[in-house]
Amino acid sequence: MIEVQNLSKRYGDHLAVDDISFTCRPGSVTGFLGPNGAGKSTTLRMLAGLTIPTAGSATIGSHRYTDIPNPGTQIGVLLDASAQHNGRTGREVLTIASRTMGLDRGRVDQMLEVVGLSPKEAKRRVGNYSLGMRQRLGIAQSLLADPQVLILDEPANGLDPAGIHWMRQLLRHYADRGGTVLLSSHLLHEIEVIADEIIVIGNGKIVAQGHKEELLAGAGTFVRAEEADALARALSVAGIHVTPATADGFVTDADPVAVGKAAAAAGVALVELRPGDRAGLEDLFLQLTADNQRDPLAPTPAPDAGPRPGFGPPDPQGGQA
Amino acid sequence: MTALAPEVGIDLTRPRVPFTRLVAVELRKLADTRAGKWLLGTVAVISVVVMVIMLWVVLANDISVSFKDFLTAMSVPMGVLLPVLGVLSVTSEWSQRTALVTFTLEPHRGRVLAAKVVVGLIVALFAVVVAAIAAAFGNVFAGLASDTTIWNVNAVELLGFYAMQALGILMGLTFGALLLSSPAAIVVYFAWAFVLPTIFAVASVFIDWFGDLLPWIDFATAQMPLFDGGWTGEKWAQLLVSGTIWLIIPFVVGARRVLRSEIK
Repeated sequence: MIEVQNLSKRYGDHLAVDDISFTCRPGSVTGFLGPNGAGKSTTLRMLAGLTIPTAGSATIGSHRYTDIPNPGTQIGVLLDASAQHNGRTGREVLTIASRTMGLDRGRVDQMLEVVGLSPKEAKRRVGNYSLGMRQRLGIAQSLLADPQVLILDEPANGLDPAGIHWMRQLLRHYADRGGTVLLSSHLLHEIEVIADEIIVIGNGKIVAQGHKEELLAGAGTFVRAEEADALARALSVAGIHVTPATADGFVTDADPVAVGKAAAAAGVALVELRPGDRAGLEDLFLQLTADNQRDPLAPTPAPDAGPRPGFGPPDPQGGQA
Repeated sequence: MTALAPEVGIDLTRPRVPFTRLVAVELRKLADTRAGKWLLGTVAVISVVVMVIMLWVVLANDISVSFKDFLTAMSVPMGVLLPVLGVLSVTSEWSQRTALVTFTLEPHRGRVLAAKVVVGLIVALFAVVVAAIAAAFGNVFAGLASDTTIWNVNAVELLGFYAMQALGILMGLTFGALLLSSPAAIVVYFAWAFVLPTIFAVASVFIDWFGDLLPWIDFATAQMPLFDGGWTGEKWAQLLVSGTIWLIIPFVVGARRVLRSEIK
């Protein structure tokens, strides 16, 4: 439904978006993940016809956004929840959009209810809204005409964890009815919760894309035995190439079943056998973020360090170096 | 919410947003913010205040006045307020960043700009009607005191008065489109409207050829016959030339800026 082909945008010497291609299918929620300044917003603005591409094309249902009549009724767009007149009430913001699109008056109230803004809150000026409330208002605006496609830039920014899960449900339900969703975020955690498909962008280029499970699943297997040498021999005999990871453990590209069988055949008792850490995407993304911040990274923990608790910014000690 | 049919595709046969609806929405946007409400309210209030002050002066000094005198007095505050409304109708989209939504719902920016021009013309009409009503009341009261009521404004002059107010609001809109910033556009407009004429007048005193040139580049003076009459072929030409310099060319440049600038 959304198709981006060889899209580039250049500002002077700076290539903000560098020859990217991807598609978003109906029925799925696609997450566009990248650090700040990676080119996410520029790409979404090009999709919505607000920024003219230097090269390539961005189409929705094989049409350019600007060629679609009354586009708001078919494509819901939220590019910046803060870009609302502070002097208007939440209800007024929705009323203006619904009048422009020519919708029934009842839609405004319906959408306020869907996004959980109370009638009292809707009467307040947007200038007094928290970022989370602005996001809900922006989502309401994008959903007003019940469009088939949603393009949302950082919609979860400012939402609390409960709000993020609410958005997951809302978008999941929307995609299940055949809608196409493209949303961006600079936080892996948000994308992990909300999206099915993930596109990772860094410095204007796509560095990874695929199903969330594929991308998040770590590569290969971690295996450990008291008799490490015997284990290495057994696996080698079975044609499984291993790399030492700890004093008595190895990582390998082979899947756990093959490793377990090879060890059993050789009579080596395993202490630990599990899929590799799901560090692939996290490492990639952390690297992108670090490049972007121009901060040296803290030393990468050894592969057997176990699941890392969070995905925070680089070690502050490293930042001072 | 209604159920969505899966993969229905984008429908290119839907009607686009009718222009009348764009005008209605832009009109609403001008009046639904505090700044807009206050400016529109102030236009009405100041018209009444000007009428009352003038009536007071007239009655106190026993001067003979006409409807035209009242109307002329009212064009002064309107010349200040209406251009500001014109400026804000464009610049607020940038300063409040609502252009992101406006131009997403109607990607043909020229249509939005045209709707803003029409809204400017409608607001000027509102201002002239309010001013004319206030002036008429003033004139009736003045007439009661002096026994003579002079209604000396004909339909053509009233239309000319409207044209002057409309040009004022369009000048504001033009400066707004050129600069895309509320404070910058308002300051530059006032400098143009109130400082530049003084500089021009001084310059024309000292430089002979500039004195001859002035009527051709002084847009405000060139508009005078709209209300005061006395048209000649030369005066029409002066209005056209000065209008091209200060309104048409800057508007074209400003419109290009609105149409082409990247909306962030």
